Amino acid sequence: MSTNSALEARQARFASRKRVNMLAIVLAMSAMAFGLFWLFWILFETVRLGIDGLTFATLTQMTPPPNEEGGLANAIYGSLVMVTLATCLGAPIGIMAGIYLAEFDSKGWLAETTRFVNDILLSAPSIVIGLFVYSVVVSSFRSFSGFAGVVALALIVIPVVIRTTEDMLRLVPSGLREAAYALGAPKWKVIGSITMKAARSGVITGVLLAVARIAGETAPLLFTALSNQFWTSSLSEPMASLPVTIFKFAMSPYENWQKLAWAGVFLITLAVLGLNIVARVLTRQKS
Amino acid sequence: MLGLFMNQTTNPKRALSGPLADQVFGWLAKSAALLTMGLLAAILLSLAISAWPAIHKYGFSFLTSTVWDPVQEDFGGLVMIYGTVATSLIALLIAVPVSFGIALFLTELSPAWLKRPLGTAIELLAAVPSIVYGMWGLLVFGPVLATYVQIPLQSAFNGVPYLGAFVSGPPVGIGILSAGIILAIMIIPFISAVMRDVFEVTPPLLKESAYGLGATTWEVVSRVVLPYTKTGVIGGIMLGLGRAIGETMAVTFVIGNFNQLDSLSLFQAANSITSALANEFAEAGEGLHQAALMYLGLVLFFITFVILSLSKFLLAQLRKGEGTKT
Amino acid sequence: MQIVSSRSLLALASACAFIATGVQAQEITGAGASFPAPLYAKWASDYNKQTGVKVNYQSVGSGGGIKQIDSKTVDFGATDMPLTDEVLKTKGQMQFPTVIGGVVPILNVAGIAPGQLKLTGPLLADIFLGKVSRWNDPAIKAINPGVNLPDTAIAQVRRADGSGTTFIFTNYLSKVSPDWKAKVGEGTAVNWPVGAGGKGNEGVAAFVARLPNSLGYVEYSYVKQNKLNYALVQNAAGNFVKPEDDTFKAAAAGADWAKSFYQILTNQPGKDSWPLSGATFILMHTSQDKPANGSETLKFFNWAYANGEKAATDLDYVPMPAAAVAAIHKAWGEIKDTSGKVISYK
Repeated sequence: MSTNSALEARQARFASRKRVNMLAIVLAMSAMAFGLFWLFWILFETVRLGIDGLTFATLTQMTPPPNEEGGLANAIYGSLVMVTLATCLGAPIGIMAGIYLAEFDSKGWLAETTRFVNDILLSAPSIVIGLFVYSVVVSSFRSFSGFAGVVALALIVIPVVIRTTEDMLRLVPSGLREAAYALGAPKWKVIGSITMKAARSGVITGVLLAVARIAGETAPLLFTALSNQFWTSSLSEPMASLPVTIFKFAMSPYENWQKLAWAGVFLITLAVLGLNIVARVLTRQKS
Repeated sequence: MLGLFMNQTTNPKRALSGPLADQVFGWLAKSAALLTMGLLAAILLSLAISAWPAIHKYGFSFLTSTVWDPVQEDFGGLVMIYGTVATSLIALLIAVPVSFGIALFLTELSPAWLKRPLGTAIELLAAVPSIVYGMWGLLVFGPVLATYVQIPLQSAFNGVPYLGAFVSGPPVGIGILSAGIILAIMIIPFISAVMRDVFEVTPPLLKESAYGLGATTWEVVSRVVLPYTKTGVIGGIMLGLGRAIGETMAVTFVIGNFNQLDSLSLFQAANSITSALANEFAEAGEGLHQAALMYLGLVLFFITFVILSLSKFLLAQLRKGEGTKT
Repeated sequence: MQIVSSRSLLALASACAFIATGVQAQEITGAGASFPAPLYAKWASDYNKQTGVKVNYQSVGSGGGIKQIDSKTVDFGATDMPLTDEVLKTKGQMQFPTVIGGVVPILNVAGIAPGQLKLTGPLLADIFLGKVSRWNDPAIKAINPGVNLPDTAIAQVRRADGSGTTFIFTNYLSKVSPDWKAKVGEGTAVNWPVGAGGKGNEGVAAFVARLPNSLGYVEYSYVKQNKLNYALVQNAAGNFVKPEDDTFKAAAAGADWAKSFYQILTNQPGKDSWPLSGATFILMHTSQDKPANGSETLKFFNWAYANGEKAATDLDYVPMPAAAVAAIHKAWGEIKDTSGKVISYK
């Protein structure tokens, strides 16, 4: 008798566990569908509105005045230059700081404080960063410049990269490190060749997330790089960028500007997607 | 003796394994960390200096006043603070469960060939520039929200005492709810990407042991994977929350930019700290208006500080419970 | 070791740095009001084709233009809100107008055609104060017999960001409504008692287009380009006039530009004047630290006054009358370099 009720109780518990599991699976699948739904909707609108604006002229001509033919060449170049330089500037600093937090004196006061400070910086509104760079760089040099834009973007890259680098490094099992130390490798080599290699795809994700973030950022560039109607390759002059140009054009009443704006949106989205795919392919190849 | 000496200096490989290389590397890493702290200090200092006229005039009463009058030069930040907190809360409420579901799906449920495309697809949401979210939110999503969500909600809750107040207001698709939903969509890729990465790095041995004991998928994820990765998960959530609090462009387009707190309705136009900054900074005169805006910026940092301290406390409590009977 | 080898990254970075320090063309930077931005872009493009000089104008708002020229981060500022001569003197700057335009009330009410609805200044003030809150209010009905006014609430839309458009609008309301002047006042940004805030002219236009029974205000070029539903406004002479080039010109006719460039063109006398007109201004320092840039700026605007009329009218702006241009040329004699030599604009 008692074994029967024990069996029934166990079976009932198992059934309820199965139910909970099924519910979780269904919810997870709907979450996935939910995310994909928004993606497809936004992408659909982006492609629909952007595709006819994307011609050869768009890629080769300068931003035009209203109601004239033109393109986005100077904005594309400006964005490319500023994003690349900002990543080159910010990612190494972020990775080094992340390495410090994960590998050197991880519980010490400097590490704890840096982690905290970094989290605060992560939430800094991009416009405040822009205003800060304005008051430090633009005001001192008495000029808007592409260089100020690079600094502002780099300041956004750093916290993101620090956080993701540290998290990824932390998850590398200590066995790997200890084996390397046991073989007599110096610390910098352990970190560089062993730990970083193991956490590589995660660190790349972090850098890519940061690049994706700054590729579409408008607010920090508004008061630093300003924008430029003309082509400039000099970082000491105001520099056009895709997001600021999109911002200007999209909400104007001129049709040619609106078309160019959506074409620009399409371009940025395409570029970041391409970046993601390329990085993932390369990571998989190496491993 | 000379031989030893020569060995040290002429053999570069030796030098690289020596203590000097490690010291330099360590020093580099440490200065990167110090640079980060210096950065925050510089930003806060710069903000504080610009905000000083407003701090001096209002002190803490700035935080409880809803007046915002550029002509009469009287300012108070409660409207913006409420807007920022409310939109971020709504965003988290929606985004965290959804991201968790997505991460769960991608790591445990999805067939192997589908993992990468779906994962990339979700990350694509992060590729969309924030200004597009704003434009799409205003021109496409807003009207849809108005017709299919706001109006039915209003008729459903018509007359109900407290809930009714939350859904009152003109159903035009702008306001705190719109901004919150759009923020949620924006932060889902960040939170889910981090969650998925940390779930994947969980040692398979741990998961297989749990499966071997007969645990269901849900139980493995919730009782084994999640506790193992909780630091990373909370980190991912913080990343998303940071994005939500600091998001400027998307919120500015759909929040309605109305400096009022007369109604607590989610559908009513409101204002947030970042959209106030975006809208008004360029025009704000050098005096009290600009100082008030900078004061708001400082408040934003303070809000972040409070949230982060709370989360550290939460993590510490969770860690204390480790290794004890559940 | 890394995905993108550190060497190639370094190469890329040095290439960029090399490019960055390279080419330095003659470039003038200006910032300010968004109202004339499309026109300045067109002028700059045409001027660049003719002379190769780049004049880069960016719209950051009238207040932004004033701030930037004060801090000398740009060569010229632009504002829809003129500064008084006393303020200009203390700052060591001078201003001159470039073109004239108007602010137009726009609406979205089913059954009312563009140009059908009539409004008066006091009525507009009451609507934006919240005192008149329904479309079929007796005050609106009284001046619009025969128009199908629904019994619905008015959804007011105004600017969220600071702007010269708002300045012109609130300046006009302050002139015609003592109530408005006392409660709200004028400025590029005010404490609006009612209304949803759209970002930029386009934000207001978008809100009005989507919100049924809404009323907002935008620059004239937006009305024309987007074919928005606009209202007629009663001017100081008592006539209900249409917003168009002729009525803006009529408003500008009374201004005495030779006396001072500080002219606010709202509520001007004249039977055809559009009551919400305004000019847009350029701000420059009277003592130029960079005389070459100052000279190029003046040459550009000199070219614009002489050759830019067609571009202006094509984009729905009203060029300055000849008498004003003569006064402007004279006023440019105030702009000198640090040694006191007058900067040439020829």
